[in-house]
Amino acid sequence: MMTIASSPRQTRAASFADWLEVRLPKLVLAPSVLITLVFVYGFIAWTSILSFTRSKTIPKMEWAGVLQYAKVLGHERWHVAVHNLMIFGVLYVLICMVLGLLIAILLDQRIRHEGTLRAIFLYPMALSFIVTGTAWKWILNPGLGLEKLAHDWGWSSFHFDWIINEQMAIYTIVIAGVWQASGFVMAMFLAGLRGIDQDVIKAASMDGASLPLIYWRIIIPQLKPVFVSALVILTHLAIKSYELVVALTGAGPGYATELPSTFMYAHTFTRNQLGMGAASAVMMLLTVAAIMVPYLYSEVRGPRTSSH
Amino acid sequence: MSSKNWDSPQMVQGSANRWSRVIIYGLLIFFAAFYLMPLVVMLLTSFKPLSEVYAGNILKLPAHWTTASWVKAWGEACVGLSCDGIKGYFWNSIKMVVSAVGVSTFVGAMNGYILTKWRFKGDNLLFGLILFGCFIPFQIVLIPMAAFLGKAGLASSTSGLVFVHVVYGLCFTTLYFRNYYIAFPDELVKAAMIDGARFFRIFFRILLPCSGPIITVTVIWQFTNIWNDFLFGASFTTGDTAPITVALNNIVNTSTGEREYNVHMAAAMIAALPTLLVYVVGGRYFVRGLMAGSVKG
Repeated sequence: MMTIASSPRQTRAASFADWLEVRLPKLVLAPSVLITLVFVYGFIAWTSILSFTRSKTIPKMEWAGVLQYAKVLGHERWHVAVHNLMIFGVLYVLICMVLGLLIAILLDQRIRHEGTLRAIFLYPMALSFIVTGTAWKWILNPGLGLEKLAHDWGWSSFHFDWIINEQMAIYTIVIAGVWQASGFVMAMFLAGLRGIDQDVIKAASMDGASLPLIYWRIIIPQLKPVFVSALVILTHLAIKSYELVVALTGAGPGYATELPSTFMYAHTFTRNQLGMGAASAVMMLLTVAAIMVPYLYSEVRGPRTSSH
Repeated sequence: MSSKNWDSPQMVQGSANRWSRVIIYGLLIFFAAFYLMPLVVMLLTSFKPLSEVYAGNILKLPAHWTTASWVKAWGEACVGLSCDGIKGYFWNSIKMVVSAVGVSTFVGAMNGYILTKWRFKGDNLLFGLILFGCFIPFQIVLIPMAAFLGKAGLASSTSGLVFVHVVYGLCFTTLYFRNYYIAFPDELVKAAMIDGARFFRIFFRILLPCSGPIITVTVIWQFTNIWNDFLFGASFTTGDTAPITVALNNIVNTSTGEREYNVHMAAAMIAALPTLLVYVVGGRYFVRGLMAGSVKG
């Protein structure tokens, strides 16, 4: 590596350069690794420790065992939040998948202006729900929104007040959530559909199989990896959903549309219950991790099956 | 990533007759109307005078088109106690987005380069550790981050928000560049090494010139995500330093008296315009980012 005629000083300088060159990649990567260790894993540890203390307004390192967890789990609003998350999560994931698949199949029929339609189905994902929620809130407003529209168009018995109805408000969150994310699922399914081997399908149609039958028996079963991805991504999005509720109902009426994310925020920043906020955050993280860790593990470690 | 061949429609058609075409197009138009409705309502309402807002309905065209609501939302609407419109918050968001996107994209590119072209023992584990950061519910870092920003003197500042967005954007940018560079031929890197090129030279002269598409994907993804962020903005800023999403939420939820829906909608449109513009111009790249964040290419 060294040139033969180098003086000792040059050698030392050169060897330092070599030393640096060998370690440069790791040195350049180090800040990102450090940032991740501190601000992701360190902060997870910090919040976890906090959840076992008596912290209220400010962090206080006084051991409290599982007190904060007991308080959260015994809290009426947490029950509502978890119950809502079940309703919202199941409907959101299911409807997004069905609608996404349906639209993807429709778009896959040699449609004119397919690009424009795709753009229309996907734009909700590119906008903040704080923005589009402003429109949704108004559309769902019983006095001025859809209800008034129906009345103006002559359907005077039409009644639609879910957003102010404690029993039904959570379903408005479902409607808005599906509107926002189903285009994304459509894009995933469409990419999956376009990756399917055409020969099998041609053979089946030559054998006289009808188009719906081909989809049901041949194409949809081949989309299994897309179903898994969509399921995982949607489920974790459902658990993290926050802006939907903030923009649409502010967790109301009362606390009828509380979700774990809004519960955490309210207890941390407005109710001065840091310990409870931390405990609820830890429970959210554990739920997400239970879904994402196996998925990421299989994605990173698994065979690199190309879906290009 | 897998959007490569989604511009080539299926060959499955054969039995499609006229009626099924009518049904297919009918359904698609119906769905398109459903997806477009909120945007249409926002636009129509933002151009109506308030009297028409209350007298008409959400889909009625304005009888008198006016841009008064836009002017008011930009310069006069009340956010909290100050009534200077959302212009200041718009610039906050612009400043925040430009720095955060630039830094996180560059660092992500370096990370992706190292993780694929300078492989070392345990690099995959490290990548997995970084990747997991994309998917955590951010509630888990809110309390420590608020404390940290306070201690670091970055509380309620644009620099603080830039820092937060860089930290939690790194996992995505690293993911994108890593998955892109993994397909980049190692032979080219080896040949450059033999020619005497070193670490930075190889990156800047060989990989970077070929990185156009993935840079576009990453920049668009980061821009959209950071511009649209609400949780960090609401948690770590107060008053004048808030990004536009937080200001918009204040306008919409704290107005007293007769609600000026037309001004709310104009403010929402202003907050939406930058990302909408990026989406219209670079939609394909946005989709690629979306897919790369969920399905491995």
